Amino acid sequence: MTLLPRLSLALTLLVVFSELSQANILRSSSGSSSGSEGSPSTNVTSNSSTTITTLPIVTWKWHHVETPYLVALWVLVCWLCKLLAQLNARLKSFFPESGLLIICGFILGGIVWGADKAQTFKLEPRNFFYFLLPQIILDTGYFMPNKLFFSNLGAILVHAVIGTCWNAGAVGVSLWGCYLGGAMGDLNIGLLQFLLFGSLLAAVDPVAVIAVFEEVHVNEVLFIWVFGESLLNDGVTVVLYNVFDAFVSLGGSKINAGEIIKGIVSFFVVSFGGSLIGVAFAIIISLLTKYTGKVQIIEAGFIFVLGYLSYLTAEMLSLSAILSVTFCGVCCQKYVNANMDEKSVTAVRYAMKVFANGSETMIFVFLGVTAIDNVIWVWNTGFICLTILFAIVYRFIGVFTLTWMLNRYRLVPIEVIDQLVMSYGGLRGAVAYGLAASLDETRIKEKNLIISTTLIVVYFTVVIQGLTMKPLVKWLKVKRVEPTELKLIAKVNNRACEHILAAMEDIAGRIGDNWWTRGWKRFEDTYITWFLMKPEARKNKDYLFSIFHKLNLEDAVNYVAEGEKRGSLAFLRNGDRTNVDFDKKFGMEFSGVMPDITSELDYGIDNVPMTSIRRDSIPSVSLDIHEQDMKDMNEDFNAHHLLQQHLYRSRKNHRHKYSRSDFKINQSEDEVQEIFQRTMRSRLESFKSAKMGVSPAKKITKHPKPSQKMSNGKSTDTSKSYPYGDEGKASYWLLQHLLMCLEFQVYFRVTFFFPNPAFMPEMDTPPPPWLTEVETDTSVAPSQRAQRQLPWSPTNLQRLTPLRISNRSTDSFVMADVPAAQDSPEEPPEDGSQQDGTHM
Amino acid sequence: MGSTSSTLAKIPNAEDLMQETGFTPAHLVRLYDRFKVLDKDKKGFLTPQDFVAIKELAMNPICDRIIGAFFTSGGETLDFPSFVRILAHFRPIDKNRPKEPTSPDPINSRSNKLKFAFQLYDQDKDGKISRHELLQVLRAMLEKQVTEEQLESIADRTIQEADLDRDDAISFEEFRKSLEKVNIDHKMSIRFLR
Repeated sequence: MTLLPRLSLALTLLVVFSELSQANILRSSSGSSSGSEGSPSTNVTSNSSTTITTLPIVTWKWHHVETPYLVALWVLVCWLCKLLAQLNARLKSFFPESGLLIICGFILGGIVWGADKAQTFKLEPRNFFYFLLPQIILDTGYFMPNKLFFSNLGAILVHAVIGTCWNAGAVGVSLWGCYLGGAMGDLNIGLLQFLLFGSLLAAVDPVAVIAVFEEVHVNEVLFIWVFGESLLNDGVTVVLYNVFDAFVSLGGSKINAGEIIKGIVSFFVVSFGGSLIGVAFAIIISLLTKYTGKVQIIEAGFIFVLGYLSYLTAEMLSLSAILSVTFCGVCCQKYVNANMDEKSVTAVRYAMKVFANGSETMIFVFLGVTAIDNVIWVWNTGFICLTILFAIVYRFIGVFTLTWMLNRYRLVPIEVIDQLVMSYGGLRGAVAYGLAASLDETRIKEKNLIISTTLIVVYFTVVIQGLTMKPLVKWLKVKRVEPTELKLIAKVNNRACEHILAAMEDIAGRIGDNWWTRGWKRFEDTYITWFLMKPEARKNKDYLFSIFHKLNLEDAVNYVAEGEKRGSLAFLRNGDRTNVDFDKKFGMEFSGVMPDITSELDYGIDNVPMTSIRRDSIPSVSLDIHEQDMKDMNEDFNAHHLLQQHLYRSRKNHRHKYSRSDFKINQSEDEVQEIFQRTMRSRLESFKSAKMGVSPAKKITKHPKPSQKMSNGKSTDTSKSYPYGDEGKASYWLLQHLLMCLEFQVYFRVTFFFPNPAFMPEMDTPPPPWLTEVETDTSVAPSQRAQRQLPWSPTNLQRLTPLRISNRSTDSFVMADVPAAQDSPEEPPEDGSQQDGTHM
Repeated sequence: MGSTSSTLAKIPNAEDLMQETGFTPAHLVRLYDRFKVLDKDKKGFLTPQDFVAIKELAMNPICDRIIGAFFTSGGETLDFPSFVRILAHFRPIDKNRPKEPTSPDPINSRSNKLKFAFQLYDQDKDGKISRHELLQVLRAMLEKQVTEEQLESIADRTIQEADLDRDDAISFEEFRKSLEKVNIDHKMSIRFLR
């Protein structure tokens, strides 16, 4: 909290600084424009016409950097505002962030105005539509929950199209009526202008809606309705705006039925054309990402460039740019995520969020800054109050009527409370302001009144409605999102239910929702994925399997986190050393490859698109472990030995440490294969020798699957010792390695708990006394150290027991070609999994 | 519809059926028409072969189980009331309907919907989904790219998640518990049966 005042001080300084420099430019630029070029000015040393007498060592070149500098400075200031808003937890708990940002904008605007006596910075419509809006819309499209969106598309479209037209028309006509009734005094404004005003004010703003609704976690259907509506109706409102704008410039007298029909036609052409352009660009992106693997480092950039191009292309053809970029994001996400490398996917996700959040912040701050200007304000109490009233009332009427109609056809009707929230969530935002600001002053005489009214409506909805939204949602007890645990069984059952429903529809002989879903899925599977997806990506895209895999990775991470919480990862030590400590110990020998691999492993976990894994729970190199290890010289020796056997020795010692175009520079495909082959071989050997071991073998069968399958693989097909040869894909390799390391842990642990000399064939030293002790004692309490490590009761690690499966799944990845495991004498006891947990 | 009442008269025990299943007369008539279409030879009952003849259904990966669910009693014939009763499982749960004390648990209740799903897994009808049974369903449902190994792992994990008494099988009670959070009403209802 002490940070707060300091931060705000810094902020103020920054703003003042930018102001001063701005004031400087203004003065100097006005000076230079007045023709006093030759006169030496204090700060314009860079002026070329100034004859220099000596070589200047440093010069003050403000004009060179002015524009980019100011832009960067403002970006920084806006983001600091966001930071400021986020730091104050108490304020944040009841005040929506968007409202706070607008208030920050007021303050900043006040400072600017105080320094310049005029508002030198404001939100220009051009900047807003070309540089701030596209990335937000692309982000929302790209992260759209597709299934939810498309299953509610009908309702969303009804609300977005009919609802918006209704709002625009009703607000416009009512205001006109009131104007005729004399509620607003004398204004130079006609019906068409009122309709134009109504249309620009009709759209619910996606930026404002996301900002508020993300903080109140309403149920997903309600969210997608409000959110989807806000996205799509932007397109509608821009179209309406253009139509009415054209009507205004035509003049009332020239409008006949033909023009109105043209307007309606253009409405459909503009919105569908825009959407089609978006889909076309989505196809281009997907196709491109099929091949961009070669330039992986800039792969992520293609999404942004093409997304932006889709926006600009639609704008160029005067089609709906917002719809275009929305559909571009919605349609490409699936194929992009499947085609690109996982790292690039992560890069896209994060970069997208950075851009979108950054410009969202700037939009809100500038909405505030813009207001502090005496030029734009024209106050007309009647007009403003009536606008707010009508905007809210007609929104309620529209939502309730349309939902009532839709509810008659819905499996699950939308409840009244949800409708209330949906109506109340009709926040207007920057799009309305942008449209108002781009009005032509020559045609619309009351432009400033329209701008100021729009601003008031925006502030009212964003601040007041945003502020009251959370209490309202709480008070009405709106159904929230229930944080549910991801369960495989639920997913399996969902899949079964889909099939059952489809079958029942077939039997009942009606074409229902499931028929369409299934038809589309079949079409997509046969044609679209073939066209847009890489062959490798097509291969393993089964949803259930990816859920399964995700769950296992989550468990692995939790497992380690649990260990760290208990103060030490000692229980993992034996295995963990392979990827934690060696780069210190064997740093000299393996300097080339190994550090790289460890970092890759970290990435590997982080990459998996799952939300529940916290970054900080990923095991980093723990110094504690290291120190502990150093004390334990005996084990150290063992580890050393093991590592020397198992680690891959780098072939080439002289390789570059840095490459601009690739992250993993120090490994070639051959190396990967070699590492893999060696691991396989050594595991096979260790398994063979384990078979010969006598008493500990019983325990070892607790992890029998991998080795067992290994032997299968070997016996059936010795020549094909490397079944995965053609799979050169890096992420695949990562996965294998991550899981293989886990497996190593298991192996090493087994060796340490029940040390079997056979596991380390080359270890000639006789086993220490405590080893022999173990061999006589078959129960689980071998050594002092092992006893120390045994606080793991099945209860607290129950969740983690599936880890055993994750080991196994390695092999299912690895040995994809191997036939099903046959029953063998070492079949594990039924309760193996449970015991497993006890000593993991 | 004028024809509704006339067709309804042809259906035996129409009143009782509507009472039992909650279907409206329009639904019942529609289903009766469908029943007659499926019954090609005018036998008055359906056989599994009649179901297999539905082209779309034959493509369903678990179609044999679903057809099996219609013939639970072991017979090879299905009359119209049984047909309607099975389909009644998929009527959405209606909240407005007053609960009648005589029939506390309508066919389309949550637990009945779940029971229907459960019996599709539990082929040997011992009240438990064994690993083997689950594996069969998974094998049918998952795409070809998933290997047998992976299927086994998935089956193992699925059972582990639900298995409370550690007997390596899922009983109905365990099945119900593990799906507590899932909105079964949404997942097992068909809109046009409302």
